[in-house]
Formats: sequence, C-alpha cells, structure tokens
Amino acid sequence: MANNKIRRPGITDEAPWVKWLLTGIALVFIGLFLLIPLVSVFFEALRKGWELYLAALVEPDALSAVKLTLVTALIAVPLNLTFGVAAAWAIAKFEFKGKSVLITLIDLPFSVSPVVAGLIYVLLFGAHGWFGEWLGAHDIKIIFAVPGIVLATIFVTFPFVARELIPLMEAQGSDEEQAALVLGASGLQTFWRVTLPNIKWGLLYGVILANARAMGEFGAVSVVSGHIRGMTNTIPLHVEILYNEYNFVGAFACASILALLALVTLALKSWVEWKAERDDEAARIAANAE
Amino acid sequence: MKKLLPLLLAAALLSAGPARADTTLLNVSYDVMRDFYKDYNPVFQKYWQGKAGEKITIQQSHGGSSAQARSVIEGLEADVITMNQHSDIDAVAQRGKQLPENWASRLPNNAAPFTSLQVLIVRKGNPKGIKDFSDLIKPGIAVVIPNPKTAGNGRYTYLAAWGYALKQPGGNEQKARDFVSALFKNVPVLDTGGRGATTTFMQRNIGDVLVTFENEAEMIAREFGRGNFEVVYPSLSIEAELPVSVVDKVVDKKGTRKQAEEYLKYLWSLEGQTVAAQNYLRPRDKAVAGKFASQFPAVKLFTVDEFGGWKAITPKHFADGAIYDQIAAANAKK
Repeated sequence: MANNKIRRPGITDEAPWVKWLLTGIALVFIGLFLLIPLVSVFFEALRKGWELYLAALVEPDALSAVKLTLVTALIAVPLNLTFGVAAAWAIAKFEFKGKSVLITLIDLPFSVSPVVAGLIYVLLFGAHGWFGEWLGAHDIKIIFAVPGIVLATIFVTFPFVARELIPLMEAQGSDEEQAALVLGASGLQTFWRVTLPNIKWGLLYGVILANARAMGEFGAVSVVSGHIRGMTNTIPLHVEILYNEYNFVGAFACASILALLALVTLALKSWVEWKAERDDEAARIAANAE
Repeated sequence: MKKLLPLLLAAALLSAGPARADTTLLNVSYDVMRDFYKDYNPVFQKYWQGKAGEKITIQQSHGGSSAQARSVIEGLEADVITMNQHSDIDAVAQRGKQLPENWASRLPNNAAPFTSLQVLIVRKGNPKGIKDFSDLIKPGIAVVIPNPKTAGNGRYTYLAAWGYALKQPGGNEQKARDFVSALFKNVPVLDTGGRGATTTFMQRNIGDVLVTFENEAEMIAREFGRGNFEVVYPSLSIEAELPVSVVDKVVDKKGTRKQAEEYLKYLWSLEGQTVAAQNYLRPRDKAVAGKFASQFPAVKLFTVDEFGGWKAITPKHFADGAIYDQIAAANAKK
C-alpha cells in the first residue's frame, strides 16, 4: 500500500511544453475519434425527440432484433465460458503433445476475417456445401436461420475467455492445486474451491469481452443471416438496414442500444479490474501479516 | 452446467420462432425495392384475405441483387425472388437449379411487371450544366455510380452509356468502349449497391452527378426534399426490366406455390400497377400508365435485347477479365 504513495521521480526529461503538447494531441485524438462519434450516436437518435426514439425501439422488427441478439449471446457466451475454462486449464496446468497447435487453433478466430468466418459456414452448411444435401433432405436449417448465427458468433468469440485465462493460470502455477490434492481434495473439489476462486476475475473479464463481441458482431453474422426482417436480423444488421432505408432515428436508436451496451461493458470491466486489484491487495496484506 | 440448461432450453424455445398456422412467404429482393414492397404487401394481404380467406405473412429480405441471388442459391428459402435484372434469376436457375431456365416466359412481359430507366441526378440548379450522357465524360465532372460488378444498377448505367455512344452518329464498338472508359475515369467512388451510391451522393455530398434508377430519384425526393437536387432525363437511356419469379424448389417443399404465384400475378393487377406507379416504377398497364403519364416523361429507350440479352451481355462485359474489368484495369494505371 505504502509504495503507491511515494512520489515517483520524473520519468522523462522533456520540457513541459513537449509533455503538454503530446498529452494534448492524445486528448484531442481521443475526443475526435472516440468521444464525438459516441455522443453523435445519441444525438442523432434523440434528434426528433424521445417519443420517436422510444417508438423506434419498441417497433416489432427492432424488438425481434434485440431478442435474437440476446438469444445468440445467451447461447454463445456460456458455451465459450465452459470451453474457455477447460482449454485454459488444460493448457496452463498440463504438458501434452500438440499444445502449441491447440493454442494456435484457439487464436485462429482472432486472425481470420469475420467475413471468412461466415463463409466457412456457408461452405459447410449451404445448399451446395459439404453437408448441404444431407441437411436439406432432413429439413434442418442451419444457415439463414438462428443456428447459423449462433455458430458464427461462437466462432468469432471463441478465443476471448481462453486467451484471458491462459496467462493468468500460467502465472499462478499449479502449487495450490497440488497442495489441495495432497490434502485429500477430489479433482472437482480442487477445481471449485481452489482453481475457480483464483481465476474468477479474469474469467468474468473474459466473459464480458466475449459478450460485447457476441452482441456487436456484424461481418460473420451478416454472411449467414439471410437478412430476413423480424426473423434473422441481429441488432447490428438491423441498424444497417434502417440506415439504408433513410430511417436515421431508428438506425441510431438501435445503435444507441449497442453503444449503451459498450458503456455498460466498460463500466463492468473497470469494476472487475478494481475488484481484482483489491482482492490481490487484500491477499498480499494477509500474506504479510502471517 | 446446471445453470446453463434452463438458459439453453429457453434459447431453443425462442429460436423455434413464431409458430404461425398461416402461410408465410419470403420475398428475397434487391436493395432499393424495399419501399415498393412495403406498400404492395399490405395491398396483397388484404386481397388474399378477401379472396381465399387466408391470412398471409410476407417476410422481406433486401441486399445487393447479386448477393441476394447468391444467398438463394446457397439455401435462403425464398418463395419468390424479385430482382433488377434477369441475369441474377438466371444464376439461381443455372447454379442453384431451384427454378426452370424458362422462368421468364411463365409470366407476361418477360416476367417484369414494371420497368425503370437510368436518369441523371444533379445538384440544385445544375451548376455544371449537365444535360446528357455526353456531359458526364467531360474533365472535372465527378460521377457517382454503383459498382457494375456487384450492382445491377451499375450494370444498367454501364450499358446505358455503351448504348448511348453506340447510337450516336458514326458510333461503333470502339467508340462505345472509349466512351464508357472515359465515364468510369470520372467515377471517384464505386459503391457496392444502389442505396450506397445514393448515400454517397446525397449524404456525403460527393460527386456532381448520380446515375441511378428513376424510382430511386423519387426516394431521394421523399427523404431529402424535392428542392435539393434535379432530375435530368438523358436524350437516350436504357429500359431496366425488373423481373420476378417463384422459386419452384422452395414453394413445392413448403407447399406455398398457390400463394406465391398469386402474389406475383397480382403485381400485374390494377392495384399492383398503381402501387408501382406511385413508387415511380413505370407500369406495364396502359390505363395506369396513362393516369400517371405526367410523372413519367417520354424518353427514347433501348433494352438489353439490343445487345443480345443478359446471356450475351454478361460474358462479354461483366465476367472476370471481360470489357469492364479491362477498362477498370486500364483506368487504374493512368
């Protein structure tokens, strides 16, 4: 604790005007490229009054877009949470052949363009795709329907949880788990009582990021959606359609939901970081006291 | 997992979607047709309710015409497909085999219930004095056209310019090619669809002329006000036939053939043609055309048949490495 109070010596020797200029440029940049666009979304949405704004949000197609977006996130995020924890646990705590291949595979969605991610599913499940004929014969719809949208979303949010947890778990090592096992805990008990509490903040952080991406994804979902109004449009797709129809209030009203989500995500993220830091601090103090 | 299960179940239930007993038709259409079908669908629903006593739900899907055709080929279950050129529906017939190749002969007028034509939209007061296609190739004129590779709208503009040059005194293929090449040299942005081009011109204020469908000009008037631009009718332009078809494979599977065919046939009815005219689509029906004559100035027109139809045009002009690609590559070098 005390360390934070010590005044740090100047890191740079530049003249004050250089420092101020650089800080100023950074602030102007942030203002121009982040703050003003964010404000303009709400400004455009509310331009013609609250009444029209609310009307645009409760319009059936908008509601269906919100519902579909929530459903998609509700399926994709828990699945990625389960997978992410399992993968990170295996990678961080064990040595096995093909580990680096697994890590590369997990990272793949970060490096693949979302459009390509969408096209992969068209190639697999489209009418002329690998499984297209079989699916058609059994009347199973994957692309241009909800399952395709969920699949594409899972693909693009794949790495978030695992990527967040791997470095954390690696840094923590497996000493505590080994101690628990030696003291007679079962594997499951060890996981619930030792591993999970250690990673909870990192996990939450990963989930928040995955959720933000799941709700905001455009490219991959656009390819597999089919754009059927009131059926297969998520919020981002609906925003684009409304914008193309010159319905600017509607478009920005829906965009403002996404912007709000981003702000909530940001707030949650800061809160999680703050909590995690405080927990660390408490643990350190407890350790020192012993 | 205990927490997950109810969530997954709820999701599955929700995604099962609205279970309607009534018939649902999916109309897969191109970008700028949304306004027309927004007006036409309720008219048809009312008609069908009265005639068959059945409530019908019509879902719409819009996007760039070739992209939409592609989605249908890949399995987007369109009962009807309504496009801005025959080649997109031909693609569904040839690649997807979802409808017979003679689809265009199943309905009157080459299966196109209405037409439009390419017009020139200029800034208020026409500051650059643009009167005809020949003005578009002058140096310093910026022309906004959607990409002919992805938008039927852009392809019609390309062909309008080609035909215009060809039909001038002393016109020949080489001159037509030079003319089109000079035209695309003046294009600063190639949007992927007609609506994108309109946004570029009106919203982003780029360019001196926008070349687009006559009915899109009316959309601009409704959205941006009539005083903000002027429509210039060229001395000669191309007639764009906007074809429609039932997708046989889908309607036979869903059992919606009767409704889907009626949905398209009704486009030729007095009511359907009137809605079209109200949306500035040129109706086929003589009586309706007469009633709305004042909003459709007479323009000398030629059709794609002039060039042997889309089946001859696509490989010659728009296929990979064909004339448009050659022109674009040559212009990029300069």
